[in-house]
Amino acid sequence: MEHLINIFVKSAFIDNMVFAYFLGMCSFLAVSKTVKTSIGLGIAVIFVMAITVPVNYLMNKYLLLPGALKWLDPEFANLDLSFLSFIMFIAVIASIVQLVEMVVEKFSPSLYNALGIFLPLIAVNCAILGGSLFMQEREYETLSEATVFGLGSGVGWFLAIVSIAAIRERLKYSDIPKPLRGLGIAFILTGLMGIAFMSFMGIKL
Amino acid sequence: MKALRNYIDKIKPQFQKGGRFEMFHSTFDAFETFLFVPNTVTSKGSHIRDSIDLKRTMSMVIIALIPAMLFGMWNVGYQHVLSIGASWNFWETFWYGFFKVLPLILVSYGVGLSIEFAFAQSRGHEVNEGFLVSGLLVPLIMPVDVPLWMLAIATAFAVIIGKEVFGGTGYNVFNPALLARAFLFFAYPSHMSGDKVWIAGLTSGKDVVDGFSGATPLAKAAAYQIDKMPSAYDMFMGFIPGSVGETSKLAILIGAVFLIITGIGSWKIMVSVFGGGLAAGLLFNAFAVNPYMEIPAWQHFIMGGFAFGAVFMATDPVSASHTELGKWIYGFLVGFLALLVRVLNPAYPEGMMLAILFMNVFAPLIDYYVVEANIKRRLKRAKKVANS
Repeated sequence: MEHLINIFVKSAFIDNMVFAYFLGMCSFLAVSKTVKTSIGLGIAVIFVMAITVPVNYLMNKYLLLPGALKWLDPEFANLDLSFLSFIMFIAVIASIVQLVEMVVEKFSPSLYNALGIFLPLIAVNCAILGGSLFMQEREYETLSEATVFGLGSGVGWFLAIVSIAAIRERLKYSDIPKPLRGLGIAFILTGLMGIAFMSFMGIKL
Repeated sequence: MKALRNYIDKIKPQFQKGGRFEMFHSTFDAFETFLFVPNTVTSKGSHIRDSIDLKRTMSMVIIALIPAMLFGMWNVGYQHVLSIGASWNFWETFWYGFFKVLPLILVSYGVGLSIEFAFAQSRGHEVNEGFLVSGLLVPLIMPVDVPLWMLAIATAFAVIIGKEVFGGTGYNVFNPALLARAFLFFAYPSHMSGDKVWIAGLTSGKDVVDGFSGATPLAKAAAYQIDKMPSAYDMFMGFIPGSVGETSKLAILIGAVFLIITGIGSWKIMVSVFGGGLAAGLLFNAFAVNPYMEIPAWQHFIMGGFAFGAVFMATDPVSASHTELGKWIYGFLVGFLALLVRVLNPAYPEGMMLAILFMNVFAPLIDYYVVEANIKRRLKRAKKVANS
């Protein structure tokens, strides 16, 4: 149990997708104009991550790793399909994003409109593919570990986008020099927030 | 006084529209309002509704900082004397420290204010007074041996990237002084941490008395040398190595009382920072697995920059939470996180700077939810009244 909490805290704060690896920046910068829509997108990312990472974990374990196909036939014991992992992971992510999109459209049309193109674009959000690839690279051992890691990474991304959205809402009243308005200040802000998130770097759990 | 007023009135037309020195309007304005309370009312930009203006507010904070600054100067000399094993009298000690700290203050003010004036000139608005405080805070949270060019770069970074790009005083998201320190901390770690930087003259490798160590109490605690830590009295009075202004908790306490009485610093934030620190300290005591976690919770308050950060940094009215409930939450989390970083993160001996910066990120979010909750509650109340 303690082990799982550690993975959660580590993936949400110490290895934050946005501020430690700078992944998923496009939607992070584009959708963070208001807190409401960013919460919507953040929850969608948490949801997609928490599903895709464990599903990809199973894919990885039972299809891709060297000898993973043994359960099908002992003949396949020497088969190594890990070169397929990118395509496999992306396929899984894309299909799950489709699912999320349909759910959002059905239950919250206003959020669906606010998110616009960025909802289908979650499929190519690097944070989500990154989550699956980190899962593979760090060799999480059980399904629960992979699930908690996916959830934690999603929560970290959610926190990042919601906090920058709150700051940007406040910045609406600021007298920012003209050339920097909009994306320019968001980039600077992201860098400064990265400095603040460095407080967790180096914590060993 | 009267003569000065007359003189200013006499040269004033030259700086106004159509005058000879029109382009220096904001520079002139800055000096005029610094010397005399202006009789005009602020129309745009950040302002508070009060009978004193922003410049006077900032001056109050500077007055509150003076005890910590003076003690810091003396302590710089005192630590130096300890390190070379000499015995100097009070004034020799003080003047030594004075001439060590003065360049830091001059560089910080010089760089910061010239950038402020340049921005005010080119953007055509009033000179922002915020840097009066930041410019004094920056040297006070630096190790005394920091090279001056580094200080200049850090100040420039903090003023330009931390403040001016957001629109100047009152719009910044992060505390500029802390940003300057964080910048140096990550860019030049060898000049900002370790056992040697805290005492004047130690980095240049001069003769040091045998057995003398420049390690701060925090570094000793992090190395589990609890028995070698200075006594609580020394740490409270400030006879310990550390950043220039942070060592004497007594001087900080005087500043805190002054800020609270004049109503400029938020007592809610100060109280809740200490509350959060106490909560984290007690939590560590309860689940102690190493000697650092076992030290009494209150002792964290007199180590390192906790008190200085709580009184002068966390209470920054711009980068902290603006709502009253938000201030409690913000302060509590600052204190809690500071101890968390301090004790759990072996990479950083001190957590106050990063905790405040981290909570600066979340302060607008806290405000957002406090405001939303208020709106909801009032709607409910209005509905109740309408229905009855």
